[in-house]
Amino acid sequence: MIVSQQKPIDEILKMLEGEKSVFVVGCNGCAEVCETGGEKACVELKQKLEASGIKVAGCTVVDFMCNKLLDSLKILRHKKKIDSADSILALTCGIGVQAIASVIDKYVHPANNTIYLGGFQGLWPSIEKCAECGDCVLDLTGGICPVINCSKSLLNGPCGGTKNSKCEIDKELDCGWEKIYNRLKKLNRLENFQKLVKLRDYSKMFPSAELRNTGFYDIEKE
Amino acid sequence: MRLTELFSKKFVVTSEIGPPKGWQIEKCLQEAEHLKGKVDAINVTDNQSSVMRFGSLATCHFLKDRGIEPVYQVVCRDRNRIALQSDILSAAAFGIENLLLLTGDHTKLGDHPQAKPVFDLDSVSLIYAVKKLEEGQDLAGNKLESEPPKFSIGAVVSPCSDPVEPQLIKMEKKVKAGAQFFQTQAVYETDKFVKFMEKAKQFGVPVMAGIVVLKSVGMARYMNENVAGVYVPDNLIEELKKDKEKTKSGQTGIEIAAKLIKELKPYCQGVHIMPLGWDDKVPKIIELAGLS
Repeated sequence: MIVSQQKPIDEILKMLEGEKSVFVVGCNGCAEVCETGGEKACVELKQKLEASGIKVAGCTVVDFMCNKLLDSLKILRHKKKIDSADSILALTCGIGVQAIASVIDKYVHPANNTIYLGGFQGLWPSIEKCAECGDCVLDLTGGICPVINCSKSLLNGPCGGTKNSKCEIDKELDCGWEKIYNRLKKLNRLENFQKLVKLRDYSKMFPSAELRNTGFYDIEKE
Repeated sequence: MRLTELFSKKFVVTSEIGPPKGWQIEKCLQEAEHLKGKVDAINVTDNQSSVMRFGSLATCHFLKDRGIEPVYQVVCRDRNRIALQSDILSAAAFGIENLLLLTGDHTKLGDHPQAKPVFDLDSVSLIYAVKKLEEGQDLAGNKLESEPPKFSIGAVVSPCSDPVEPQLIKMEKKVKAGAQFFQTQAVYETDKFVKFMEKAKQFGVPVMAGIVVLKSVGMARYMNENVAGVYVPDNLIEELKKDKEKTKSGQTGIEIAAKLIKELKPYCQGVHIMPLGWDDKVPKIIELAGLS
């Protein structure tokens, strides 16, 4: 079970600045249980977006957004609407965002922060990982997580250690920041990389008292 | 003396020393004495190559005592934001005025590969933290007591990287965060450096080209294979091959370094010579390059 929490609406609107329309995709797995994915959350967020003047070109749910095959099939079914939108807003965990971003050349914004892996770690069927940092930066990095893909978890760009696109710690390991750079360049969003100093807030890694009182945690209590 | 005050007056030359693996620092300080009066300041590396050594801050303090201007190198690998800010305040009290702030190599490359790589801050956020200290606040926004510190804030960039655009974007971020001068990774490809400077000059900060003295053919090949952002072209390798004795004595390395400095000088505001132990060769390089 991956626990996620929706980002504040102001933060979501800030991500969408300069865009006119989005396609909303919600995850029907863990995020649905957390009420941060699934139809209910999608409809509620759709209303908030429209109230703020953002057109929702379409909306769908995927049973498990960490599954790229399911993502791809859903994208195909809604291709026209997705093509007409400026970007995708994904109501899922960090893995779901990265999984869908990896199968489509469209900018994907994360609607949630991922907080906790609960008791069932390691079940997602894709190579994407989430560090549950509680402060999702995938919106800045084109859907490729720098906390996971950079060996130093750098948030402000690559170090000087990239050689032939590989990381200084391992000649077989791709440089995460070069992947992010290539993706942002391809999607014409390099200005995200230029944005100023991102500082990690480690205090967000610990689930708040409010979150610890939700149903999932109750089951875990003795 | 802050390096930033010098750039408008002269072509600035710095070199560097690495503290020893042990606490007896005298030999290292004597190496620095070779360079006294020949260079404008001497960088002191911070656990370079992720190898645990005597501290950079303490070495800078000793240099200062001997009338040598230090550049205190600070990496983000070993300390979190609390320790980094604390050490930088200590540096101010020791009269250290020049900083070089960098991310640092990964712990895996050094002699304690099992260590936790910290990287709580990175080079950009560390520069931002120092800027905040200069404004009288810590990174969390708490007010500092009494006068804030004042430094020349240095940063690094890798001008011969491929692709170079990510390096340029990060360089711009560093400038916006507060970096006031740059020292670069080793440069052997003058044309690449010139192209880089065409784009970098818009940031309006002095750039010191990095010069690493070539000691042997093996070293050049090793760097080509393993060191990021560095490529020694074939013609320089041929030059090292030509006269084995001359290369072994260091003469070829000195000549190549001096030649590179002459070629790069019109395009930058200084050079940073990294002798990697061949400190005694630095005065000769400076002389041959016409900088003495």
